[in-house]
Amino acid sequence: MIEQKQQEIIEEFAFFEEWMHKYEHIIELGKEMKGLTEEEKKDDLLVAGCQSKVWLKASLEENGTVKIEADSDAIITRGLVALVVSVFNHETPHEILNANIHFMNDIGLVSNLSQTRSNGLAAMVKQILLYATVFQAQQKSN
Amino acid sequence: MDNDTLQHKMRELKTQFPALNQTVYGRPLVYLDNAATTQKPQRVIDSISEYYSKWNANIHRGAHYLANASTEKFEATRSALAEMLHANFREEIIFNQGSTDSVNMLSTILENEVEEGDEIWVTEMEHHSNFVPWQMLALKKKAHFRYIPMLPSGEWDLDYAKNEITDRAKIVAFNWVSNALGTVNPIEELIRLAKSAGAYVVVDGAQAVAHFDINVQTLNCDFFLFSAHKMYGPTGLGVLWGKKELLEKLPPYRYGGEMIKKVSVTGTTFNVLPFKYESGTPNIEAVIAFNESISFCKEVGRENMHAHEYFLLKTATERLKEIERMTVYADIPNKVGVLSFNVEDIHSADIGTLLDQQGIAVRTGHHCTQPLWEKLGTTGSVRASFACYNTVEDVELFIAALNKSVNMLR
Repeated sequence: MIEQKQQEIIEEFAFFEEWMHKYEHIIELGKEMKGLTEEEKKDDLLVAGCQSKVWLKASLEENGTVKIEADSDAIITRGLVALVVSVFNHETPHEILNANIHFMNDIGLVSNLSQTRSNGLAAMVKQILLYATVFQAQQKSN
Repeated sequence: MDNDTLQHKMRELKTQFPALNQTVYGRPLVYLDNAATTQKPQRVIDSISEYYSKWNANIHRGAHYLANASTEKFEATRSALAEMLHANFREEIIFNQGSTDSVNMLSTILENEVEEGDEIWVTEMEHHSNFVPWQMLALKKKAHFRYIPMLPSGEWDLDYAKNEITDRAKIVAFNWVSNALGTVNPIEELIRLAKSAGAYVVVDGAQAVAHFDINVQTLNCDFFLFSAHKMYGPTGLGVLWGKKELLEKLPPYRYGGEMIKKVSVTGTTFNVLPFKYESGTPNIEAVIAFNESISFCKEVGRENMHAHEYFLLKTATERLKEIERMTVYADIPNKVGVLSFNVEDIHSADIGTLLDQQGIAVRTGHHCTQPLWEKLGTTGSVRASFACYNTVEDVELFIAALNKSVNMLR
């Protein structure tokens, strides 16, 4: 499922020939995302970010999937966060931990996610994987 | 020289910088991140290449042709720097890794000069590298860490300094030019104040060396430091000037080779200046190539550089203010070519991302000056900074790209 969602994003972005349209779409995604409330955007949900901040909230649902909500103070990062959320949201911890995340590179927005510390996206993905690890352990112990 | 003549003269400089002659994302690169680091002229690049092609040998030690040749070139840069800074003695020039390294060295070797209850002073606009080491020293020695507040205009509150800096002040450390705002600070006045209080005076000249002539004699500070890469030189090279009698008196910083006179199992004696503070093999290539940057700045003339950059700053500032809901920080006369700004309700990182897509390189964020932004009630800015090789066309491209970015984000 995660792979399928990534493919859909890649196809969606293949339409944009100009950088402007690509970024306008990202900005639009950022504006549309529900995000977190002001009360939730506190330091305990802050994952990282040097220039722009990213907040992340994850919980294990009764059906065994992970619910992810996130936000950012910068609109472009918020749009990218929306994409990351859409890929991981409502997947099981097992699927999240076994996913190969490549869409950011493929749509030409972030060339190397693991190196991109400044906008907080790398820390966000890492935090999602940490949550998934904890949730998987919880599922096994139940 | 009149402005047209100056513009004409400076226009030719760009061709000397190969990194500026390229496209990014298919657009011509407009490099406006010069306060972070400047690009390097061809002569500096050639010098680095020549060093490894012809002269590579460890300095000060070997008894062979190459070792002597590289030592001679290395020491020639020290002499050029002594001349540039108007130092009394060439051994007052210490090479290290950069400004951060210099402040860490000073905050370590001055440790025994500070006693419990003494005061260590910085300013609210310091780069973290000239803030945190002093804060840590104060903590370690149970001294009071104090700062000169910054006014909303982006200038020092000198009245506060006049009232509060007393003979309790042991060290006063401050920047000549603010990296985040471009403010040119009245350092002569603060040096006088600090010296009459009997304090050690440390001037961080990192953001000033590419714009102003420096005379450590007339400044009368105790230590002056900067990084080569901020004045068209190589990265990883810092210069620390200190008064000879102080550097002789103060303890060594890093122990190892080169800095010793005699080592035995019963004890070690230390080498004379400048070697006492230059343990280990230094960044030889950078020191040698830096001589080319020194010549470059001398030939172009820092006065011309500053006048040209100031013209670009004024042009850009006026154009910037035409944009609605724009805040320009430190919009004051005493500045170098640093333009720090925010657009209401738009995150600086978003502007930076969209400018980048259009080939415009700027810096966004807190610029390693978090206390400064806290005072100004925000967390950071977009910073465009000009160097001698920037042009009016660069300013035009920047303003057009900025307008486009702001429209996309609104």
